[in-house]
Amino acid sequence: MTVDSAAGAPTAPAPHSEGDLVPEDFPSVQPPGGHPDYVQLLTPEGRRVEHPGYSVDLSHDEYRSLYRDMVLTRRFDAEGTALARQGELALWASLAGQEAAQIGSGRALRADDHVFPTYREHGVAWCRGMDPLSLFGLFRGVTHGGWDPKERNFHLYTLVIGAQTLHATGYAMGVAKDGADSAVVAYFGDGATSQGDVAEAFNFASVYNAPVVFFCQNNHYAISESIEHQTRVPLFQRASGYGFPGVRVDGNDVLACLAVTKAALEHARSGGGPVLVEAVTYRMGPHTTTDDPTRYRTSAEEDEWRRKDPIDRYRTWLLDAGLADQAFCDEVDAEAEELARRVRVGVRQMPDPEPTAMFDHVHAEGHALVEEQRAGFVEYHAGFADATPATAAGSGEGR
Amino acid sequence: MTVTTSSNAAEPGLASPAGPAAEGLPGAGATAPGTTAPTAPGGDGTAAHPGTATGASDAPGTVAEAPAPAVRTLTLAKTINESLRRAMREDSRVVLMGEDVGQLGGVFRVTDGLLKEFGPERVMDTPLAESGIVGTAIGLALRGYRPVVEIQFDGFTYPAFDQIVSQLAKMPSRSHGHVKLPVVLRIPFAGGIGSVEHHSESLEAYFAHTPGLKVLTPANHADAYWMLQQAIRSDDPVIFLEPKRRYWDKAELDTTAEPVPMTGARVVTTGTDCTLVAYGPMVKLCLESAAAAAEEGRSLEVVDLRSVSPLDVETVAASVRRTGRLVVVHEANTFVGLGAEIAAAVTERCFYSLEAPVLRVGGYHTPYPPARLEGQYLPNLDRVLDAVDRALAF
Ligand SMILES: Cc1ncc(C[n+]2csc(CCOP(=O)(O)OP(=O)(O)O)c2C)c(N)n1
Repeated sequence: MTVDSAAGAPTAPAPHSEGDLVPEDFPSVQPPGGHPDYVQLLTPEGRRVEHPGYSVDLSHDEYRSLYRDMVLTRRFDAEGTALARQGELALWASLAGQEAAQIGSGRALRADDHVFPTYREHGVAWCRGMDPLSLFGLFRGVTHGGWDPKERNFHLYTLVIGAQTLHATGYAMGVAKDGADSAVVAYFGDGATSQGDVAEAFNFASVYNAPVVFFCQNNHYAISESIEHQTRVPLFQRASGYGFPGVRVDGNDVLACLAVTKAALEHARSGGGPVLVEAVTYRMGPHTTTDDPTRYRTSAEEDEWRRKDPIDRYRTWLLDAGLADQAFCDEVDAEAEELARRVRVGVRQMPDPEPTAMFDHVHAEGHALVEEQRAGFVEYHAGFADATPATAAGSGEGR
Repeated sequence: MTVTTSSNAAEPGLASPAGPAAEGLPGAGATAPGTTAPTAPGGDGTAAHPGTATGASDAPGTVAEAPAPAVRTLTLAKTINESLRRAMREDSRVVLMGEDVGQLGGVFRVTDGLLKEFGPERVMDTPLAESGIVGTAIGLALRGYRPVVEIQFDGFTYPAFDQIVSQLAKMPSRSHGHVKLPVVLRIPFAGGIGSVEHHSESLEAYFAHTPGLKVLTPANHADAYWMLQQAIRSDDPVIFLEPKRRYWDKAELDTTAEPVPMTGARVVTTGTDCTLVAYGPMVKLCLESAAAAAEEGRSLEVVDLRSVSPLDVETVAASVRRTGRLVVVHEANTFVGLGAEIAAAVTERCFYSLEAPVLRVGGYHTPYPPARLEGQYLPNLDRVLDAVDRALAF
């Protein structure tokens, strides 16, 4: 992909003239020859195909590590589902089926790029070097997040659908103001595209030419609601209405996801403004472990998507191309088991927070009422410790 | 006012009070879906009727149902489901909207089976957009429909805040009463189910603070069933807060009983030493507290507010005049919470009857904590009884 290098540091773009609303330099329009519906570099059967707009050129080690990333992510994610079923987690939002979208896009990022995830981006977190265990605290109910977003440039999981797309856009506006050449990625689902916040994020990003990539994993469902409940228009086409490029990619093809995201990031970083990537994928399991997908979808549909599995097709290609052998795959499986064990033990040993932790960090600079209530709370519970009845004035209730 | 007499209850089963668009509307109000096609609710005959089936399999009226017995033991979720079904059968202008309310039957299954019975024109799986849902419900109400909206979880009401407090609450007064907005927002609210962030919020004070909204929260099955009937029938916007941790509680429901009115507090148990006031999920806790206190020879009176706005202060004040003491219990944090309003209102009315300051038991001034700490955050038996001790120590 060529990027208009004259664009330089991101500034507000010149007013558009008729006809150039979508930058010409971004291969967003599906070119002839590729998959008719989306960018694809690896077929479901594991056959490599070429695409005139996008290519990948990785070392053998890098090709192998994409496989490792996907297998390990799938494994600790499956452990999350198992732990939820065992009552160790309140719930778990599984990414099963979406490994290629997350690892492909996650591996396209540079260390100085920033990620604003929703709550299902365990694979992206893995790519950022997050310890998978740190993702489990929220689902176990010991924290609402807990990690420092600045450590890995991986921001907090966001449960309010779509809210983070505005944060990502604002962050990207700041990056542009600073003249830095980092890029920002906002992750969200197909359902989220219905939220006003997401529409507003698209518009702000466009108006301020912010270096943000909107990475939508269209996994076909928002809990029970199929994509038809959210839109009549292919999602990637939304971008053109806001004046930036949109591209649709086979979200179960890790190579295509990597190539498309890399191009989008470079476009954003070099002053081209936002890009919308729609990764077409499928949520194989329930929405979360509290959901029952048999109420709204058929096993035939699930089977059809199982045949497009991102890991199977990639393994087939790796083995066929001689980039890996069975011994390597076995090694990765063993490593995955070890990771799952570490997660299982780690989650079970995760301590409950100190009760007074709920009074911490409510305000950056403290707050008299919170401190008064903390003191009352401590005094009240100390009363239980020596089994003497709480004193009349002691508990701080309601003050 | 207490609810032992149904003074202001419109009889469920009778035609709704005529809204602005109901005039000249043959069939509206009592037409069984699918039997006849009443004229469009818009009044000018141009709108498609909401009961018109599009998909044959979901065609309303094709489900042959044996009449259910009048008295059944049901979960609270199923009770609300029955209430919705009845309201929809009785008035074809009632439409349901929300995320996952159709095929899934809602994440709590409160709308289970309604899509099958009434079809997609009346049970609408909406796009994932709360502001959009409430905003379009307002538009549907302007057109003569009576939308009943499900917000999936309390914490996801906030994206619709502007539509609720600036539009839904104010349009009627802005129009000098020419516009009525019979919209019900059903919101599973408050905590105690061990869920993740944004799934356990107490919103009542925000909405009670907003003129133009009525805010209800039933604490038992009969109230849930009848108050919802009244709310749907009401020409005012109603925020209907469902205590989600009680959804799975079972109790007997008599659908032929005398309907109870939508608002007005109720004395649930009488006592002489101290009054406990609560609403929604905390009523059960207060009844348990009263039972525990009785074992120690203390007699507590429990008042269920039922309606947070309008607030039936007089029933509370009358109780305080009998007991001399008041403890208000709610899950929401106490600062600027409903307890503050009740304390002030009761103090104004019965200062000379009070033997102790009005005390509050509620959440702390912290965000609702992660699930593993909610036991520390939520009012419990010990905290309620401790407050009673303190009140009695004065
Ligand atoms: C504002 C808001 N409304 C409702 C919900 C409840 N909810 C949680 S996930 C979800 C579906 C999200 O679907 P999508 O955006 O496609 O993402 P996916 O979970 O499929 O990855 C809903 C409705 C929420 N979290 N936030």
